[in-house]
Formats: sequence, structure tokens, C-alpha cells
Amino acid sequence: MSKGKLALYWAASCGGCEIAVLGIDEHILDVAKAFDIVFWPCATDGKVRDVEKMPDGSIDLCLFNGGIRTSEQEYMAQLMRRKSKVLVAFGSCAHEGCIPGLANLYNRKAIFDTVYKEGSTTFPENPQDHRPQPITDVPEGKLSLPLFYDTLKTLDQTVEVDYYLPGCPPEAKNIWAALVAVLEGKLPPKGSVIGLHTTVCDECPRKRSEKKIKKFYRTWEIIPDEENCLLEQGLVCCGIATRAGCGALCPQVNSPCIGCHGPNDGVEDYGARLMSALASVIDSQDPEEIQRIIAEGIPDPVGTFYRFSLAASYLRRSKAFGGDGAAAAQPTPLAAKA
Amino acid sequence: MAERVGIYVCHCGSNIAGMIDVEEVARWAGQSIKDVVVSRDYKFMCSSLGQKLIEDDIREQGLTRVVVAACSPHLHEKTFRRACQNAGLNQYLCQMTNIREHVSWVSTDRQKATEKAKALVAAAAERVKHQRPLEQGFVKVNPATLVIGGGIAGLQATLELADAGYPVYLVEREPSIGGHMAQFDKTFPTLDCSACILTPKMSEVGQHENVKMFTYAEVEEVSGSVGCFKVKIRQKARHVIFEKCTGCGICVEKCPRKVVDNVFEAGMGYRKAIYTPFPQAVPRTPVIDTANCTWFTRGKCQVCSKVCPTQAIDYDQKDEIIQIEVGNIIVATGWKLFDCTRIPQYGYGRLANVFTNMEFERMCNAAGPTGGKIVLRDGKTEPRRIAIIHCVGSRDVRHNQYCSAVCCMAALKFGHLVLEKTKAEVYSFYIDMRTPMKDYEEFYQRLLEEGMHFVRGKVAEVTDAARLPDEQGSLIVQVEDTLLGTQRRIPVDMVVLMAALEPQADAKELGLKLGISCSMAGWYTERHPKLDPVATMTDGVFVAGACQGPKDIPASVAQGAAAAARVAGMITAGKVTIEPIIASIDEQKCSGCRICNNLCPYNAIEYDEEKGVSRVVAAMCKGCGTCVSACPANAITGAHFSNEQIAAELEGILWDAIADGRPASAAPDGSKAPQSTPVGAA
Repeated sequence: MSKGKLALYWAASCGGCEIAVLGIDEHILDVAKAFDIVFWPCATDGKVRDVEKMPDGSIDLCLFNGGIRTSEQEYMAQLMRRKSKVLVAFGSCAHEGCIPGLANLYNRKAIFDTVYKEGSTTFPENPQDHRPQPITDVPEGKLSLPLFYDTLKTLDQTVEVDYYLPGCPPEAKNIWAALVAVLEGKLPPKGSVIGLHTTVCDECPRKRSEKKIKKFYRTWEIIPDEENCLLEQGLVCCGIATRAGCGALCPQVNSPCIGCHGPNDGVEDYGARLMSALASVIDSQDPEEIQRIIAEGIPDPVGTFYRFSLAASYLRRSKAFGGDGAAAAQPTPLAAKA
Repeated sequence: MAERVGIYVCHCGSNIAGMIDVEEVARWAGQSIKDVVVSRDYKFMCSSLGQKLIEDDIREQGLTRVVVAACSPHLHEKTFRRACQNAGLNQYLCQMTNIREHVSWVSTDRQKATEKAKALVAAAAERVKHQRPLEQGFVKVNPATLVIGGGIAGLQATLELADAGYPVYLVEREPSIGGHMAQFDKTFPTLDCSACILTPKMSEVGQHENVKMFTYAEVEEVSGSVGCFKVKIRQKARHVIFEKCTGCGICVEKCPRKVVDNVFEAGMGYRKAIYTPFPQAVPRTPVIDTANCTWFTRGKCQVCSKVCPTQAIDYDQKDEIIQIEVGNIIVATGWKLFDCTRIPQYGYGRLANVFTNMEFERMCNAAGPTGGKIVLRDGKTEPRRIAIIHCVGSRDVRHNQYCSAVCCMAALKFGHLVLEKTKAEVYSFYIDMRTPMKDYEEFYQRLLEEGMHFVRGKVAEVTDAARLPDEQGSLIVQVEDTLLGTQRRIPVDMVVLMAALEPQADAKELGLKLGISCSMAGWYTERHPKLDPVATMTDGVFVAGACQGPKDIPASVAQGAAAAARVAGMITAGKVTIEPIIASIDEQKCSGCRICNNLCPYNAIEYDEEKGVSRVVAAMCKGCGTCVSACPANAITGAHFSNEQIAAELEGILWDAIADGRPASAAPDGSKAPQSTPVGAA
């Protein structure tokens, strides 16, 4: 049997997913045995033009991590889609937008203001308030930069995705299991999340009882006991709403789940689910007290409930910051070659 | 295969057609909504001809789904479901949409109303395509009934059922049944003696072979649902062994500790630390008031134990939890009196000779603390002038907005008793005189003739600060006489405040246990204010008497009997239908996080420790959806309200947005991704 072709690509993400792939340890040799790695910019020297020249559908498996923040990433997503038989949204950024997706609370201008104007490290060095320009004229011709969009999109908001591998980053054992599934042709129905179909509590060894929460604590405020459910102790543990598969790693080291594996099957909006569940167990009937419990214990609701999933949520982005298609409305002469 | 949908738009005479262009809605639905094969409008869909239209179309056109756009499903959902079932279509494949209460009755713009009706029809049509056939289940009805409250309403309900041959458990919080009626002297308008007509019923209940009474007991916990409730009753420790006590009363007689009786005697008289509330109490078994008993407070005495001929005193008795199973529950918990100190300008608690209506009742009662003599607080002086102030704490936005319903007639009764028993003059200060029931207005006429004085106006103040010589030593009632249009100061010796009836302090708490709700004022809410006055939104739980709103004795008795009739109907039918619209938990998805465990208002969720999953008990689930929306793992599905069905409904209601090329699922930033081109690919 001829070897399969494997590609990995990295868009708007931190790079942790790339490292996570190496977490499969010696299995990487099995990967090399089974696949030709045809494109992996982080680890091998490949060029986009090489990929462009490949016949469509010639790559067997593409693990694509990162959300879509720029026109370049969007192009690459479309390119990898076209060239790959199976495209996997690899890790939380590609799956749900993850931390970069939280920038959807702002728009391009606000993000650039933070980075190029108000940032304490950049301000003195940028007195003329320079901003990245898609096209810059220089004596030698025109220089171009990818266009930075107002809104970060997930991979499946950009192109069709075959499978999702959740996690920030995905666990090595799950990566290996997914690769085995591809190798053995035992993939679940298209569109599935590869993993378990229940939530983190299922794997969490803590003792659970009926829930009544009088006060939410932030992690630095208490040292929880190691026996009982963290949520019952007042920590916002997202395990109740978060897909299992990680082995409940965080709760086992006395730290609440923050939700990187995203929602369980059939959940349309992770944050709304989690909020609805937590709201149900706040132990008060008095609206003012409830308001106080929430305001004191959860000062950053979006960061708490949508830490990983804002870009994939019903909300997707802040309306207050507009961002009404600023990216789309402008002509995008990105490729205007000099 | 595509569904075949039939749409039926009702005119409801002009109720709907007067504001909505129903022909246009039907025409539009037939043309624009996918899979619609029949779309009709009809004068009255609920008529037998209207129903026949649906049945014929199902048979002849092979409809697989039906939408009826008409009134509230509360009214006619059953009608149309039955029509579908008659024609062989599962009844849960019929969807009603409400274009009357939700559209025509609340709209003023015909065009907009028509557009809204279209959207609702589209929503129902999209939804109905995703509906699944469901089958109803049945539960047997336990013939036993729990009656909570041993006042006149509860007693009536108990007797009706017990006489019909059904077992009844009667729970009463006080040591004796009888309720407020046992405290009264005479009853209006006939002036028959309250005790004389009540006590026969009490002893009948006490001796009835079908009645098991729990007095000095409270409902602790209720689980289960119609047909099969499980109830835990807390039998408070009497410290008198019920089975041994003969009710001879020697313990009461010999008890050296006297206590002010704030309950039965309304603070006007004394009882002992071991007591029965009144001589005709049922049961006759006394209770020890441990807060006042010298043995319990100081460890001395035990006189009752020494004198008891049957050794029935048990100082170590503990509260006991008794479990019973019943098919239905009648709530008849009554009312409590408004606290008159909340209106300080009337002086209650500060001015000695200001009395509440309950105190005055006891004073008038021949068996009461004054032996029926109307005297001032000193216990001997007969008053020469008495003021009766109406609407104390009722019809008052600062306290209770409602009319207490019984006080006008009670005030007239007091007036009569004063005129009958004393030489005093009696004044009634009223806002409006309300005497609407049978023979009530005649009683008012009688009092007018007997010489009771009536002053129309809300009393501003009762004071002992005299301004004029003839006011010295009197209570002065300051009032605007709205008929004379003048301020008046009327000196009297005694003031009687007609305090409002209020919901019991723990009415909400009990309501929570039973799954029934309270109105803003705190009275239990009936299923329908006109057409279903004793049922509640919880099947198998009925309300009777003043716990549902202020009521006099005849109305309470009527409701007690009505509730009993409803229960008897349930028992006779033998089984109740269980709606299949319930929640279910996918054990694969459930992680056992237990978020849902204490949310269910019907206690229908149980946790399986062994498997580590939660489970819905189908017979108890009412399909309210609370757990469905709370489940963070999406493991709970509400039948008939699946995500798919709700999403389809939303898509239907947004049909015009979608038709405008604004798909509901478009990114909020409104942009299609720009056609990108390679970057840096040079």
C-alpha cells in the first residue's frame, strides 16, 4: 500500500497545537511510516506554491490548527480544503476560535490601537502612529501585507470541515487515536467531533451531590478540598458543559475546568448552555442577591463562559464595536503584485 | 419523503377575521410554505363542520401534518388533536398557533396583524414537519385523598369524600380541627350560632370510619404526581399519647401554668400549658405547649403526669414523620388576620380600647373570655359608643389592594350584636358597603332600621388626644364624611378594626412543596378564574376556601364540596392520562454532573449512584423543560420541544428575513467572506 499524504497547517493560534503533535512521542515514527508529510511549515521546508501545484484532493489528511484572522489565513484554509480529502479542525482555535476569538469583543481598529498605540511597550517607539497597511509603496515597488479582519472566524465558518479534534491543545492520546482512526479507515460520520460524547464530570473522580451555590469564588480566593465537586465549592468549573476526553486533568489537580474541549454533541452555544446550567443552581430567590452573587463571583462573564468559544457562538462578536464587514467592504487588492 | 401539511385558518366569527385578512393568510400559506398541500380558511374551525374539514382532508388528501391557526391551544388544542386522531393521524402531529389572543385581539393595524399571522403560521408549519408521533400513557388513581387544613372548607371536602366511601387523610396544624369558624359567635346574615352548625361536622369527621385525622401535624414533603402522590406528614409531639388519652380533661384542669391564648382566644383569654383549644375540640386529646410548660422550661411540676388516670402523658415524645400515599390533594389552608399594628394611626396595641375583629368575635362569644359581654379592656365597663372601622389593611395600596370580602357583613353582624346586647350606639366607618350575596343586602337594610350609624369615609386616625371638653377620656375617630363633605371627630369608647384576611404566612412554602403558585397578593392561583376555580395548574392538586382568596363561610363550603366533587371524579375515572410531552435523559451523554437534580419542580429526576447518571421518572415529569434548558451536556431532550423543532419554528417565524436573502444563520458581521487571493505567493 502506498503511503498516505499528510499536511499540517497553522493559522491564528499560539503554536501549542504544533507542539502537541510531537506529544505523541515515538508514535511520530509510526506517522512517518504511514504518511508522507507533504506540507508542515513549522517543521519542514515547504512552500505554498508547492501545495498550489498539487492536484486537488491529493492530500489524504490535513490537520489545520488556528482560526481565520487574516486574508492570508483564509486563502490557506481554502487552499488546504481544496487539496485535502479529509480536513480536520485541529485544536480549539480552528474548532471554536479559542483565545484569539475573544478579540471579537473588539474590532481591527481597537486591536491595532492596543498593539500599536496604547500598548505600554510600543507607544514611545511609534510616535507617528504607524499602522500595518495592506499596500505600501516603496521605491522598489509595492509591498503587501495580508488584510487583518475585524472578526476572527473558525475554520468551519470559512470552509467545510470534515472532523474536529477538540482541546487547547488536543491531548496526545486523542491525536494518536484520531490518526489511528484515519489509518484504519474507522472514522465516525462526517462532521463529528472525534472524542467522547459526554462531559468532563464523567471522567472526574470528585464526589458530586445536588448543587446549590451561594457564592462563586475566583481560583485565588480559596483552596478547594480535593474530594468534592469544585463547582459545589463555588469555583466556576466548566466541566459540566465541556466535552470529556481530556481525562479531567485540571480538576484532578484541584483546578477548575476552563472548557477547552468545547461543548458536547448537539450544543449550539457552549456559553449559553453553561450559563443556563449555572444560573439554575444559584441558591437564592432574591433578584438582588442573585445579581450580587454573579457580579462578585464572575467579574468577566465572556471570558468565563466563552473563553474558547466566542467566535463559534451565536454572538460571534461584539456589536458595540461594529466591525460591520469593514474587511469585506473594502477592496482587497492584496495580491496586487508590484 | 416530504410531509403533506394542511393549514387551517379560523375566522372565529369576526374575532380573528375582523383584524386579520384570513383569506390572504390561507392563500399565502398554500403558495409560499413548502410541503403545504391544503390551505383553507373557515368561519369556525372548532365547529363540527370545521373539524370535519380536517378529518376529510387527512383521509382524502393524505395529510401527514396539520396546522390550525385559531385561538389559544388552552381552549381548543384537544378539539383538533381529537379530530386528527379520529381520522387516523397521531394527535401530536397537529400543531395549533394562536392568532387570536396573540394577534387579532392585541392589534390595531390590519396589515401588520395579517403579516404577523403569516409568520406564526409559517413557524407552526415548519415546526410541525419535525414533530413526532407520541403516545399517551396512563396512571392509576389512588382512591385516598389528602386534605390540608381542617377549617370549614377542608371539613366539607373531607366529609363529601368520606361519605362517598373514599378514604381521606385530614392534616391540621392546630391541636383541633375547626379553623376560624370555631372562634366565631354568630354567622351572618342568619345569625345562627357558629359553633352550633360547625361542631356537628367536626365530630362527624372525628368519628368517620373513612377519615384518618392528623391534628397538630403539618405536611413536610410531597413527591409524586397526580394519582400517586407520596406525602410525608410531620406529627408534632403532643406529649400526650393519643391512644391512651380519654380526653377527660383532668390534666388541663390541674395544670398550674396559665398562658395567654394568642391563637384561639386572639389574646383575649388564657389557656393552660397543657390544653385543648376549646371545649368542643376534636380530637379531645390535649397537647403540651413545651415553650410554656414548667416541666419543659424549668424541669419541675409533672402535675399532668401525676393526675392522668391512663398514664397518657409522655414527656419524651418526639415529632414523628408519617408517610402516606394519596391520589389527590385538596389544599384548604385558609387565612390569617392582618396585623393591625402595621397601621399605627389606628392605635391598635397602643390605645387599650382599640380591638381587632377577631378579639371582638371572642368577646361576643358566650363561651369566650368575657362570657359574651361587650366590655372595655378593663373587663367591666360597658361602652356607650362603639366605632367599627372597615377595610383595615384591605382596599389599601399600602397594604393589600384586594377587598377582604367578608368584613362589611361581619361589621354589620357586630353592629347587630352590639345593639342587641348593649345600650351602646354603634358607628360603621365604611368606604363602600359590599353586600352582594343572598340575603346580605336585606341584612344591611335591617341594620339601617335597627339604628346603626353609617359614616362613609376612610378613617384618618384614632386618637385619645381630646380637643373639646366632651372628647375628654374618649377615643376620637377622625374621618372625612364623604357624604356630608366634611371632617368629623366622633368620640367613642371602643374601636373595632375590621382587619383584612391575609394569606397564611407559609402559603408560598407549602405552594412550593405542592407545585402550585400564588398570586401577587399571595393567594393560591386556580387553574382558571372562571371555568376551573378549584383546580390548580398541578394535576391532582385542588384548592378550596380562603386559601384561594378571601371568602365567607358559604363560599368556602361550596368550594370544599366542589373540590371534593372534582376529586371524586378523578377517583371514579380510576386512571389519568399522562402526557407524553416529557423529558428524557440520554445516559450516554449524561455525565452525572447533577445540575438538574434539584431543579425539577415535580421532583421527577432521580440520581443513579451506581451508574453515575440522572434519570427522569416519566410518570412524574410534566414536560416543563426546566431540566432540558439547564443540562450543560445536552443530555436531556424534551419530547415535542426538541432543538430541531424549536429551530424550525424560529426559521418559520423569520421567513421574511430569510426570503430577503438574510439567512438567519448569517454571520453577525453581515459579510460574506471576500473572495481572497493568494498573499505573498509570488
